[in-house]
Amino acid sequence: MTEDQRAVSSKHAFYNNPKNRALIYQLLLLIGIGYFFYTIVSNTMANMEARGIKSGFGFLQATSGFDILMSLIPFDATYSYGRTFVVGLLNTILVSIIGIILATIIGFLIGVAHFSPNWLIKKLATAYVETFRNIPLLLQVFFWYFAVLAALPTAARDSVSIGEAVFLNVKGLFIPKLIGESGSSIVYLSIAVALIAILFLRRWAKKRQELTGAQFPVLWTGLGIFFGLPLLATLITGIPFGLEYPIMGRFSFDGGITVIPELMALALALSIYTGAFIAEAVRAGIQAVPHGQTEAARSLGMKESKIMSLIVVPQAMRVITPLLNSEYQSLVKNSTLATAIGYPDLFTVFVGTTLNQTGQAIEIVFMTMAVYFVINMIISFVMNRFNKSTQITAR
Amino acid sequence: MHKSILFGLATVALFSAPVQADTLEDVKKAGMLKCGVSTGLAGFSQKDEKGSWSGLDVDVCRGVAAAVLGDASKVTYKPLTAKERFTALQSGEIDILSRNTTWTHTRDTSLGLNFAGTIYYDGTGFMVSKKLGVKSALELDGAAACIQAGTSTELAIADYFRENNMKYKVVTFDTSDQTRTGLESGRCDFLVSDQSQLYALRIGLKDPAGAIVLPEVISKEPLGPVVRQGDDKWFNITKWVVNASIEGEFQGVTSENADELAKSGKPGQKRLLGTEGDLGEKLGLSKDWALNVIKQVGNYSESFERNVGQDSPLKIKRGLNAQWNNGGILYSPAMR
Ligand SMILES: N[C@@H](CCC(=O)N[C@@H](CS)C(=O)NCC(=O)O)C(=O)O
Repeated sequence: MTEDQRAVSSKHAFYNNPKNRALIYQLLLLIGIGYFFYTIVSNTMANMEARGIKSGFGFLQATSGFDILMSLIPFDATYSYGRTFVVGLLNTILVSIIGIILATIIGFLIGVAHFSPNWLIKKLATAYVETFRNIPLLLQVFFWYFAVLAALPTAARDSVSIGEAVFLNVKGLFIPKLIGESGSSIVYLSIAVALIAILFLRRWAKKRQELTGAQFPVLWTGLGIFFGLPLLATLITGIPFGLEYPIMGRFSFDGGITVIPELMALALALSIYTGAFIAEAVRAGIQAVPHGQTEAARSLGMKESKIMSLIVVPQAMRVITPLLNSEYQSLVKNSTLATAIGYPDLFTVFVGTTLNQTGQAIEIVFMTMAVYFVINMIISFVMNRFNKSTQITAR
Repeated sequence: MHKSILFGLATVALFSAPVQADTLEDVKKAGMLKCGVSTGLAGFSQKDEKGSWSGLDVDVCRGVAAAVLGDASKVTYKPLTAKERFTALQSGEIDILSRNTTWTHTRDTSLGLNFAGTIYYDGTGFMVSKKLGVKSALELDGAAACIQAGTSTELAIADYFRENNMKYKVVTFDTSDQTRTGLESGRCDFLVSDQSQLYALRIGLKDPAGAIVLPEVISKEPLGPVVRQGDDKWFNITKWVVNASIEGEFQGVTSENADELAKSGKPGQKRLLGTEGDLGEKLGLSKDWALNVIKQVGNYSESFERNVGQDSPLKIKRGLNAQWNNGGILYSPAMR
């Protein structure tokens, strides 16, 4: 063996490979951390046992014995504590999704309005951002809740009503519920078909534009398909839907769908507040697009609105998306302010009531933290995917 | 993120250390008793403008301080919401929880806590706005309730509506102030709570005359002080301070005549007041432990009338909370 060969073979020894070495260190660290947490957890369990505090996850199967204001799945006091977790989680997801959608719309409108040539619109956008970004969110939640409660009529018979079908009072917004009868599945199917058709249409139009330069009105055709197809299906199947109207009882309305004021206030506060931050992100993103881009587009004779939507915003997205990610994550975490006004989100239901009825603080806090962690990981994942798709290089 | 998470983490931190408990020693060393009370509930635990606390629950704290430290004023009060109270006790933040807390099987057996007796026999009741014209809880089908989170009330009301095949909506708030606002704003049609507390909450309404308390009482809510499990000495002390006050009334010992009776009373009175026998020593306290309690805080009847009874704005009658030989169920085990 020559010197060289020996050097090579010792370089090739498993532990000498820098990659493997790094891996081994990582593993050792992981084991160390794992052991640390294991000790804490097992000590905790043993000490809790010694103090007579119940532990473990057995409670999830036990009957809860309490009711929850609002649930997207069937729930009453006969369901288990485990079910209260799901009910709370769904309510958290609901308010988060509503919040994210509204905040994004508000954010983009206000963010773009910053660049409006109209002085008033521009100033209003600035005022919006400055106001809502600087007032603590908790105050805004309270404000909207008490504003909503104070503004609305108290008695069911004094409700604001639209066509005797939609009612609004201090106990919520009551709207008719669509009840699918036989044949309704065809309509649902047609919605799916419409969505797929729109996807294909978009692809086709894009290709055609690349090849021939001819544009196709995808938006309008898409909207036409989206509403037209289900409408057609509904008519052909003989309108297989019934409406369940809210009916006035002694205290309130029964039947239909109830949107509770706690949900309205929380969703409103979250989206207005987060919208202000998103507006700033949008503004930063737009400012980051080189001015030459706009000028080039102008010299081609594009309309101002087209320049914004086709040239500037798509390039700005590269800056905006990572910021959106963290705003969405904050919104989800901020949704725990629900407790302040009694909206039954995961925090109110599970960490509030369930924890107090069972006393199993550690398990419940652990489960809840894990959930917020997972939700935020999912948001990150989705936004990263989206970010990749927006990464075109500026020219 | 929130107090509860912090509490949860604090609990982990505390329980990962080994167990050691001698609350009596700790309290003596500190010269102060740390007592968990409500955030403000007329008659039970409330703070006046000068910052001093009073109430039936507060008198338990003062009684224990008098028995252990010889001075009823040596108490630090820690206001707690329903949701915070048990963690505060488990984690050692307080020595006693005396916050209109219902003695239930689950709480007694799975929280690592012990209930040291009952100082007020209560039950869940309803308060409604007068203009609804409701006369009985059975008319509340379809109505909305305001209620405080983390209470046994949440369970009592669910049982009641299920039993009677009625529907209701429950709006759950963190503090009793919010439940009151909920009722006033019309968000809910009625407020559910321990009945004694309804009277207290009613006084706080903008228009107390606009609300009525319904006659139904739908659950058992025996309220009493709570201590940590596994410290029997401290448990005994708390239990017997409560008994001393009840026995004091039964034996006719008051804050006025206690000194007198200690010298020249009947054997039972002398035993209670420490001039005969060694009841105090057996608790690890001084001879005059109960004398201090009754002299400084009063016997049960004095405490009741001053805080929730005829001498208070609440004007609650003794009812169940009268002595057993007087139509109630208050009964102290034998002081011997
Ligand atoms: N006795 C019941 C209810 C106790 C309770 O929290 N009651 C409310 C009445 S609305 C209260 O005292 N609130 C005062 C506070 O939060 O400090 C229990 O132990 O769960």
